Amino acid sequence: MTQRTSPGHRVRELTTAVSGGIGESPVRPDGTLKVRGEFAYSSDLWHEDMLWGATLRSPHPYARILAVDITEAVRMPGVYAVMTHEDVPGANIYGLEHADQPVLAVDVVRYQGEPVALVAADHPETAQRAAKRIRVEYEVLDPVTDMVAAAKGEGPALHPDGNVVRYLRIRKGEVEATADVMVVGEYEVGMQDQAFLGPESGLAVPAEDGGVDLYVATQWLHVDQRQVAHALGLPLEKVRLTLAGVGGAFGGREDLSMQVHACMLALRTGRPVKMVYNREESFFGHVHRHPAKIYYEHGATRDGDLVYVRAKIYLDGGAYASSTPAVVANAATLGAGPYKVDNVAIDCWGVYTNNPPCGAMRGFGAVQAAFGYESQMDRLAERLGMDPVEFRMRNAIAEGDTMPTGQRIDSPAPVAELLRRVRDLPLPPERRGRVDIRELPGGVSNTTHGEGVVRGVGYGVGIKNICFSEGFDDYSTARLRLQVIGGEPTAMIHTAAAEVGQGLVTVKQQIVRTELGVERVTVHPMDTSVGNGGSTSASRQTYVTGGAVRKACHTVRDRVLRMAAHRLGVPQEGLSLAGGKVVDARGAALADLAEVLGEEVVEATEEYRHRPTYRVDAERGQGDAHVQYGFAAHRAVVDVDVELGLVRVVQLDCAQDVGRAINPQAVLGQIHGGSAQGLGLAVMEEIQVVGGKVRNPSFTDYLIPTILDMPPMTVDVLELADPHAPYGLRGVGEPPTISSTPAIVAAIRAATGRALHRVPVRPEHITGT
Amino acid sequence: MDFLRPGSWAEALEAKAALPDAVPIAGGTDVMVEINFDHRRPPALLDLNRVAELAEWSERDGRVRLGAGVPYARIIAELGDRLPGLAMASRTVGSPQIRNRGTVGGNLGAASPAGDSHPVLLATDADVEVASTRGVRMVPAVEFYRGVKRNALEPDELVAAVHLDVARGPQQFAKVGTRNAMVIAVCAFGLALHPDRGRVGTGIGSAAPTPRRATEAEEFLAAELADTGLWESRGPLAESVRRRFGELVARAASPIDDVRATAAYRRHALSVLARRTLGWVWDQYREGGWSACA
Repeated sequence: MTQRTSPGHRVRELTTAVSGGIGESPVRPDGTLKVRGEFAYSSDLWHEDMLWGATLRSPHPYARILAVDITEAVRMPGVYAVMTHEDVPGANIYGLEHADQPVLAVDVVRYQGEPVALVAADHPETAQRAAKRIRVEYEVLDPVTDMVAAAKGEGPALHPDGNVVRYLRIRKGEVEATADVMVVGEYEVGMQDQAFLGPESGLAVPAEDGGVDLYVATQWLHVDQRQVAHALGLPLEKVRLTLAGVGGAFGGREDLSMQVHACMLALRTGRPVKMVYNREESFFGHVHRHPAKIYYEHGATRDGDLVYVRAKIYLDGGAYASSTPAVVANAATLGAGPYKVDNVAIDCWGVYTNNPPCGAMRGFGAVQAAFGYESQMDRLAERLGMDPVEFRMRNAIAEGDTMPTGQRIDSPAPVAELLRRVRDLPLPPERRGRVDIRELPGGVSNTTHGEGVVRGVGYGVGIKNICFSEGFDDYSTARLRLQVIGGEPTAMIHTAAAEVGQGLVTVKQQIVRTELGVERVTVHPMDTSVGNGGSTSASRQTYVTGGAVRKACHTVRDRVLRMAAHRLGVPQEGLSLAGGKVVDARGAALADLAEVLGEEVVEATEEYRHRPTYRVDAERGQGDAHVQYGFAAHRAVVDVDVELGLVRVVQLDCAQDVGRAINPQAVLGQIHGGSAQGLGLAVMEEIQVVGGKVRNPSFTDYLIPTILDMPPMTVDVLELADPHAPYGLRGVGEPPTISSTPAIVAAIRAATGRALHRVPVRPEHITGT
Repeated sequence: MDFLRPGSWAEALEAKAALPDAVPIAGGTDVMVEINFDHRRPPALLDLNRVAELAEWSERDGRVRLGAGVPYARIIAELGDRLPGLAMASRTVGSPQIRNRGTVGGNLGAASPAGDSHPVLLATDADVEVASTRGVRMVPAVEFYRGVKRNALEPDELVAAVHLDVARGPQQFAKVGTRNAMVIAVCAFGLALHPDRGRVGTGIGSAAPTPRRATEAEEFLAAELADTGLWESRGPLAESVRRRFGELVARAASPIDDVRATAAYRRHALSVLARRTLGWVWDQYREGGWSACA
């Protein structure tokens, strides 16, 4: 080894601190581009000579396909390919957890919007029109639309094993427990949509090796790669995915949409093929949040101690399984909420119907259950004559307590503290005199100048499992390269973990800066040339990919320090990296990192796994199913126009424990966004489905909150470290979505006195008309 | 699809006469949605954005001639004092971007029962100026709406302008939607008092196949105000009158159950909007310097 003259024997003061490390909120690498509208989303992809793909979808929720005639479509000038199920090169079946969904329908369609045929043409409109010229002869069948009936085995079986995708039961303590006071309630959750702004889109480019390169907006590159390769009949290495710009995800991009379709068309035509759904098609192109019917019975002592919780939870998974098994697991294992209760009996079914397929969406399973159990907690408090917050705090679960699954909570669970904090925040002032109509229900629509407006306050708290559960091998991979570029030590971090807007790109940079003391950190495009990053879901990426990045940093750091020790002729022990220098135990700079590195390139690839989890047993649902629990509490203040049934949320405050805020601004962003999505479910967001058909597939009638619907928030972030997690952090993204909805509905109940057993709450539910 | 870009109004009318199936487009906030979703594929688009006079308004003898191409944002900014009801309705249209592009002419061309400007045009007895190479005619707003998304235009005609009186009494517009901004109407109501004529004008939106007046409610209230001398005395309006007015407005609607609301809710909400807006215009009338017919 060449020994270069080392300057490191001189002790120098460390003057340069690296900024933008963990605990700070540096600017996102993609932030400026996004604000300026210059960021390239997947729908902006372009390739010379590319063709456009289009999808023909079933207009029926349930029908037999008798014949498909593509003759007229093929004849259209500008059409390069028309493909049906007969043209799927590999296995015509895929799915996230169960492979039960055809790439293109064969002899039956099970939901409105199911893909039947594909077209590639030289213009997007030509492709659309050609798709319309494909003649499909259907024999329309009566759709299965009732989730409870499906759970009971009524109606035709839509799949070989019947219509129950998963049944899970949880039993703790006495099933027949009795109590002084009990309340029974039925609740319903409508079908919410992720409503991401960037529609499904991507570009498939055929490669010279017979494979395909796919640029796509997704949440999980490797699970896409596996499914696409399987459907194309290609080995994994011939299907290479690169993440294109993602315009929001929220769970809706965990399942495949156009991935296989674009690749099929590209391989058939030998030309790059781009597919972009429009907004209407997008409503049919991804899974939604499971609608739920929930029956709860809660019992408590006269003093206000919960005695038992019994529940039957039905979740409508629609035509294909998608994430239904995991949604069932969450709803069942978290169905008693963040409360201490000794006797629990929860039965939960996830079923197939001919309704739109439902799968992952922020907080899944936990969102539906929380609307039920929090509604019950309010009613119990009322029956007991107790304050709803006091009642919750009295029964709040805490570190050391045991969940209904028997899992002991072994990290902070400050449920009572979160409730106390939101309760003690200042309330907004009462309205006085004439106010700006934008501050009243109805807003600029000028429906009230104060008439009929009643204020209400409500609370909600929720629990969510963070990371993948039930024994899933949940890991991420990070590749880190450290070298000197232009005289400065520069790190390049490479993972396959999808950046969907949440800010993982920034978090990865921050971790590298902190661990290596290097300011310049480049984020490599996310692709499948590095190992699996796992899904961007379950609030898990900062935890798992963050963990992998940290681990890779440590490996690189150890190598660099070994080099430094060798060159400086000092023992490695006590050396560390800070501010672009190698420093000793006293914090004195011994050498510039750049000089130590010289022309060496130090690279390491590491996998990180969180601690193992286990499946719960079939009999009583007992087992350590989850890695970590996340908690958030909300207080909602609403003004309700009780005559018109219009709601304005005046204030929505949140307290959440995040363990460690790696990027405080991003943490706030998640809490704001999650709360807004919960607000949407509370008062406006629903895909209305009648007879298996979607009635409102547009942003004209599927409403999401605007800035005039979302109030200012006070957010109280607690940082109580989880000793099992990297940096003590706790997943952030989902908990705020869970508690926001029940808090808002509780506030509307307080204002109106209405029972309100269904979300979203519609004006008719309030006015009774 | 052809894209025609007439440089003058005369050219626009000639183009429309030559190709009656051409769809006029100004802001494009309705037309482009239909085209983008392939719900409609006309043989030609007739772009009116280069016809400068369409984007002008003028006032003469107490009447405003509002060019069909004046966007909502300008109505709000420039005409809030003269046409308060229309400005209020304009404020409820879409987002700021949509208000920068969308026009009353477009609302009339589309003739959707949910168009936000219609209730005010009805309540204020507006006239629609339509033109063709054959000439110009004035169509009262109340005769303009002919069915769901159908209007009184002949195939060769274009909407040139809308004529409205400068407000000589208070006006209000209110719209129910399940979002506090940027929302399509579940139902809407426009109300204008015309004290100089002793008339009450109303317009109902999104609660019948077409925008329509609540004639019985108008007559009831006008008679009530005249009979009790309230136009002159400007005394308080009895709660019973406001309620009755609300009931009559609700009765005038023919709403349906749809994805946005039930028919029953629409009727109920209209009665509330009518009652409240009547309270507001009457308060304004009592406080303001409006002159009554003597």
